[in-house]
Amino acid sequence: MPKVSMTVNGRSVSGDVEARTLLVQFLRETLSLTGTHVGCDTSQCGCCVVHLDGRAVKSCSMLAAQADGSSVTTIEGIGSPEKLHPMQAAFREHHGLQCGYCTPGMIMAGIDIAKRHGGKVDEHTIRVELEGNICRCTGYHNIVKAIAAGASAMAGAKPLADAAE
Amino acid sequence: MGIQGEGIGARVLRKEDKRFITGRGRYTDDIKIAHQTYAWFVRSPHAHAKIVSIDTSAALSAPGVVGVLTGADLADDKIGGLICGWTVNSTNGTPMQAAAHPAIAHDCVKHVGDQVAVVIAETREQARDAAELVAVEYATLPAIVDLKTARDPATPLVHPAIARNTVFEWSIGDKAATDAAFANAAKVVKLDIINNRVVPNAMEPRAAIAIYDSSEEKFELYTTSQNPHVARLVLSAFVGIAPENKLRVIAPDVGGGFGSKIYIYPEETVCLWASKRLGRPVKWVADRTESFLTDAHGRDHVTTAEMAFDAAHKVLSVRVHTLANMGAYLSTFASCVPTYLYATLLSGQYDIPAIYAAVDAVYTNTAPVDAYRGAGRPEATYLIERLMETAARELGVDPAELRRKNFIRKFPHQTPVIMNYDSGDFDKTLDAALKASDYAGFPKRREEAKARGKLRGIGFSCYIEACGIAPSAAVGSLGAGVGLWESAEIRVNPVGTVEVLTGSHSHGQGHETTFAQLVHERLGVPLDNISIVHGDTDKVQFGMGTYGSRSGAVGMSAISKGLDKIEAKAKTLAGHLLDAPVGDIEFTKGVFNAKNTNKSIAFGSLALAAYTGHSLPPGMEPGLKEGCFYDPLNFTFPSGCYICEVEVCPKTGTTKIVSFTVADDFGRVINPMIVEGQVHGGLAQGIGQAMLEGCVYDHTGQLLTGSFMDYCMPRADDLPMFNVQTTETLCTTNPLGMKGCGEAGAIGSPPAVINAITHAIGNNNLQMPATPEKVWRALRA
Repeated sequence: MPKVSMTVNGRSVSGDVEARTLLVQFLRETLSLTGTHVGCDTSQCGCCVVHLDGRAVKSCSMLAAQADGSSVTTIEGIGSPEKLHPMQAAFREHHGLQCGYCTPGMIMAGIDIAKRHGGKVDEHTIRVELEGNICRCTGYHNIVKAIAAGASAMAGAKPLADAAE
Repeated sequence: MGIQGEGIGARVLRKEDKRFITGRGRYTDDIKIAHQTYAWFVRSPHAHAKIVSIDTSAALSAPGVVGVLTGADLADDKIGGLICGWTVNSTNGTPMQAAAHPAIAHDCVKHVGDQVAVVIAETREQARDAAELVAVEYATLPAIVDLKTARDPATPLVHPAIARNTVFEWSIGDKAATDAAFANAAKVVKLDIINNRVVPNAMEPRAAIAIYDSSEEKFELYTTSQNPHVARLVLSAFVGIAPENKLRVIAPDVGGGFGSKIYIYPEETVCLWASKRLGRPVKWVADRTESFLTDAHGRDHVTTAEMAFDAAHKVLSVRVHTLANMGAYLSTFASCVPTYLYATLLSGQYDIPAIYAAVDAVYTNTAPVDAYRGAGRPEATYLIERLMETAARELGVDPAELRRKNFIRKFPHQTPVIMNYDSGDFDKTLDAALKASDYAGFPKRREEAKARGKLRGIGFSCYIEACGIAPSAAVGSLGAGVGLWESAEIRVNPVGTVEVLTGSHSHGQGHETTFAQLVHERLGVPLDNISIVHGDTDKVQFGMGTYGSRSGAVGMSAISKGLDKIEAKAKTLAGHLLDAPVGDIEFTKGVFNAKNTNKSIAFGSLALAAYTGHSLPPGMEPGLKEGCFYDPLNFTFPSGCYICEVEVCPKTGTTKIVSFTVADDFGRVINPMIVEGQVHGGLAQGIGQAMLEGCVYDHTGQLLTGSFMDYCMPRADDLPMFNVQTTETLCTTNPLGMKGCGEAGAIGSPPAVINAITHAIGNNNLQMPATPEKVWRALRA
């Protein structure tokens, strides 16, 4: 079995995995980082979005081996209950979650949207950018508001956002 | 409003959020049990076939395989089949024809995805690999897929013993009075309506972990359930897994339900049985394809609906015939959906003297159909509101005014179809929506859109629905196999913190917050000092779970009644401690005061006194814990008015919702933020059904929409921001005046969307989902 090594949430990790092991399986099963979820088998739903070397990726759509040598950030790595990332705080503040299952992927996608479009990202852009993330609970209304607010907070004088990655 | 702005009516941020936004939720698939194995199901690729043989030998010798089990093994161990818990009789008195539903198919498979074997291995991948080595020989049989012809005498049978594939031929209302009203009508409108089959698609797929402890002969089941106690009851009393005291069912964090996680499915039974048989914990997690193939689907009606008017445009009568697709087996509550949850709502918001509905439920070789958000009520609302809009167009009157002319205004109102509406103010919701949507400005907006080459339309929907199905004696008389009360237990700890055990289950609804708001309002205890406990049959004694927008109206009513008892005992104790008559004790903001004195005791100190027991009134037991089983007096009746405005591109048929305005009357609102969130989500599902979602089987029973690539889930860019307001007329039959908000969005929105699109394109002949292709064709018809 191939050995893979990578940095996950700032820690060096390695493990022996089957060649076919997906990154999301490695995160969930090997590392017990269960905040990253699996909601489909066709890379449509986005419940599994993580950051790979600073870019949002669907961790169900790549092999763990492909992430060898990379730096991965999961929902567990961006903030803690005591010190939330601004995007996490915005999701709570704007009731951008209900059952919570799509939420980690939404937050990770939201951070990526904020990084690429800045603090003044508009509603239309957020909606188009969420093409790869499905939520069945919220009707997206409050997710869109949360991402706009989170992006604004990230662009403000709050260094927490970058410090976490 | 309670103290610190955390009580009833406050927009309190959710207590449960922190674990979800930091990746610390605990869903079933997140749980690892020592020595657990993984199950993978071998499923039928055919819609209808005889199982000729199953050869498991190659799979059994595959790496990591612990066991391979079939329907024959299940039968050998005398594990019972799955049941439908609501008996609906045909009009002629015959009970419904419930077919056997084995947890693993034995002789015959009845739909694509029907399970024929289970492979259990050390890893999920090993189980999945070995499942491909299970050799099943099938002799295919004709698949019955088309609902319209399923009852034809020449159509083959899904279940050989069940004639004409008919589950029941049910009816409600006064046929003679209805026919007479139609005979004398000045105007009749008639629609042929297909209510499209949809797939619930909670984002968390179903999952189960079964653990058997042979030393105590006890099972534990973690499962994605909306109602773990009902699951335990069915698995114990009907499937025969174990007595209730030997079966613990835990529904931990559950990633959405929308009805699909009410039911007791084959997989939990198989995991429980296999865990004992193999002596190892067994975990199963569905992939999304399995969700499409085996989760209970929703809707799927073919209906002819008519509405009769007199010359003054008053509705005289409604007449309906519906064919309801039940799929291959009767799911847990399938039978009540197209009957008591559907035809009883056909009066809508209108004073209609005569209603008659006949519903024929049929088997087909498709996945079972059961309650999906709204469950029967969306189907009823769709008929009534499409008919009303169609009538307004044909009569040449304003659709809002035609509705207003027929509104019920005196309450309580007895409809001709069982329901007795306790309260409502339909003018108020209509007026609120008209104002918020700037209905008066529509003609100008339409002109402006026309100048841009777009067709703009507006559509109404004035819905009423019924929540908190009850009282138990009434639903029992209609065939329910369970009571529909709810339980609560209030445990005040010695230092005054509070635990509330509830039989409701939260899978996105925010009960940990709203239920705590009620306790805070009543006892003055800070929210942080209140915990809501749910979802574990070893902790909560019994409960009926969460569905049908019942957790507020029924679940919180139970808590409220329990709090009454806590307050009563506490006041008695306070009187004793303060040396004052009980009648002089006032309880405000968490402090008991003796009237006209300066003597007081805080709730926390009183709780401690209750537990020390050093000074109690004669006969009072120590402690402070009370319970309640609350059985509602009646259904509750949320209502509202939805106005949808669309623009259609005549060249491509694409529709854009440019505004969606809602005014809902949910009675008392505990947390407006959470209520608005529930409405948003319901609207997305209703709009999804109206414009995007459609579950399609081909003529051989193959599911063509078996993934998110083929089944169009609403995405962020399909939806607008929603314009949401609420009005409030209190429910008169429960202590809090609550009506329920969970399903309204999905119930009220589909007709508003289709009314808007048909208005825009000037062609009323359009079925859901109104895809660009369908709209384009309708524009050219």
